[in-house]
Amino acid sequence: MTARTLYDKIWDDHVVHQAEDGTCLLYIDRHLVHEVTSPQAFEGLRMTGRKVRAPEKTIAVPDHNVPTTLDRANAATMTEDSRIQVQALDQNAKDFGIHYYPVSDVRQGIVHIVGPEQGWTLPGMTVVCGDSHTATHGAFGSLAHGIGTSEVEHVLATQTLIQRKGLNFKVEITGSLRPGVTAKDITMAVIGETGTAGGTGYVIEYCGQAIRELSMEGRMTVCNMAIEGGARAGLIAPDEKTFAYCMGRPHAPKGAAWEAAVTYWKTLFTDEGAHFDKVVTIKGEDIAPLVTWGTSPEDVLPITAVVPSPSDFTGGKVEAVQRALDYMGLVPGQKLSDIKIDTVFIGSCTNGRIEDLRAAAAILKGKKKKDGIRAMVVPGSGLVRAQAEEEGLAQIFIDAGFEWRLAGCSMCLAMNPDQLAPGERCAATSNRNFEGRQGRGGRTHLLSPGMAAAAAITGHLTDVRELMAETV
Amino acid sequence: MDKFTTLTGIAAPMPLVNIDTDMIIPKQFLKTIKRSGLGVNLFDEMRYNLDGTEIEGFVLNQPAYRKAEIIVAGDNFGCGSSREHAPWALLDFGIRCVISTSFADIFYNNCFKNGILPIVMPQEVVDVLMADAKKGANARQTVDLVAQTVTTSDGQSFGFEVDGHRKHCLINGLDDIGLTLEKASAIDSFEKKNAVLHPWA
Repeated sequence: MTARTLYDKIWDDHVVHQAEDGTCLLYIDRHLVHEVTSPQAFEGLRMTGRKVRAPEKTIAVPDHNVPTTLDRANAATMTEDSRIQVQALDQNAKDFGIHYYPVSDVRQGIVHIVGPEQGWTLPGMTVVCGDSHTATHGAFGSLAHGIGTSEVEHVLATQTLIQRKGLNFKVEITGSLRPGVTAKDITMAVIGETGTAGGTGYVIEYCGQAIRELSMEGRMTVCNMAIEGGARAGLIAPDEKTFAYCMGRPHAPKGAAWEAAVTYWKTLFTDEGAHFDKVVTIKGEDIAPLVTWGTSPEDVLPITAVVPSPSDFTGGKVEAVQRALDYMGLVPGQKLSDIKIDTVFIGSCTNGRIEDLRAAAAILKGKKKKDGIRAMVVPGSGLVRAQAEEEGLAQIFIDAGFEWRLAGCSMCLAMNPDQLAPGERCAATSNRNFEGRQGRGGRTHLLSPGMAAAAAITGHLTDVRELMAETV
Repeated sequence: MDKFTTLTGIAAPMPLVNIDTDMIIPKQFLKTIKRSGLGVNLFDEMRYNLDGTEIEGFVLNQPAYRKAEIIVAGDNFGCGSSREHAPWALLDFGIRCVISTSFADIFYNNCFKNGILPIVMPQEVVDVLMADAKKGANARQTVDLVAQTVTTSDGQSFGFEVDGHRKHCLINGLDDIGLTLEKASAIDSFEKKNAVLHPWA
């Protein structure tokens, strides 16, 4: 039998039908739904009299619009259009009989954090959601990617997607990471290397020692930003860490079914000699704490670097860099560590998990944010929030002067009231630094949770390793 | 979905690379439960000042391009989120075709579901089309999906590739769900088989 990649194996196990031209109908094991990209899809079902084919495999949670302030039970904290979207999801979940975690449920949170947390996401599955950061679930060795609303409707109605197979892209991170360097830096380093279109048409498999050494939380961070590199999906082969994470989760199999599942999951790896269409190798020890300076996730440099000049680039990127520098209010040659910030945002499906909060709290412990800085921590789910409170992390954030919020997408995309004002500069643990992403005119620098905490303390972008040295 | 066969229209040049979905339709306009009405907010932050007045220099505000039906764009158009609001906004404005050297996967896919044709062309062809588009309103380009060609205002013609299934759906305005439901028995048997092989899934 031909050697196959992990992607090949998952794909093969989900093909329902293959047409002569290679177009496939792919079975979908888990469909995650949130309030922003689903109302038109449910409306489509109503108009055609169709039902949800597999409501037991469909899981919905509101996250994009929901306020994260403690008073959010008060409906007045939401704008009318946001409220209508959340209410539409409440109603659709009820009408179509799908699993649902309403805003009032402690398990509510960002859909990509809730799915794994509740054991919906398991190795070898196909997982889709009307959200590009569905790539997150690839950390479990599941084929997971974002879809548009028409496809949401298609999956609701048929539990399948019409797909053509992508190409295989291997990203190997060799060796170990140095202190102060995290999963976030790995994923940003890859995008810096390949560009935001480098993964277009591919499914990435992340492998290598540095990936193996990551926790499941870290692996989710890496896969989360596969989309920022242009790849719809990123995958990591499941191993004992994966099984340990899944075991005992509410929707993970139990008993004999668990044993059977693990036996199958252990076959989910890339065979020796399997073909990759593209390979990139990065040495783990070469990766430094990174930060973005521009308005594309590929605009990334080590914190020790300086702001580049448009003349360092070629082609269409020259104009884009000039535009980015104008937008970001930066000048070539300026040290990145001299850039003063106004706001710190810790959270999102990229870095809103317990390990991220631990990393930030480790830097903040016994310290205070700089006066005048607005700083907030938005846990990725109600359960992450509860755990952080139990571990004493919440108190560290509060003592440091951070706002301790309820779960949601929050300032990652600023669809709720958490937004930047024009010109406001933010150190953010989220995933996109696009123009206007966190609020019109807002300036975003992407970085890891530890780096965000360090920036909060000093008031400017800061090499987290300097503060780590202090704590030793 | 409206059929797409041929289109002759004004092409707007947008040479900027990495035009992302937040540029195409900023998040505040995603709070809708409808598919229509987004055209007025297409490229909102590039197109309007904070007070709502138009930014004169923006291409779609220029008299020559206000009725553009084609966009000729820089690399990696549509990168970012999966929001189908991006093609909905383009369509609502009147754009039926986008030409670039590359598109983000999800955006590319979403276009076909809404009767918009995204065309990938090599850099040298995009350069020619971009220069042609910059001539303004008299420079109408013709996109022929059946023949798979784009023709400039002065008659230069270039072929392009498109997936056969997607072409078929676009030319006939076909609904994917209807087509898939014709294969319901294959889905049934997959589910039966899978319930035995992977009962936890």
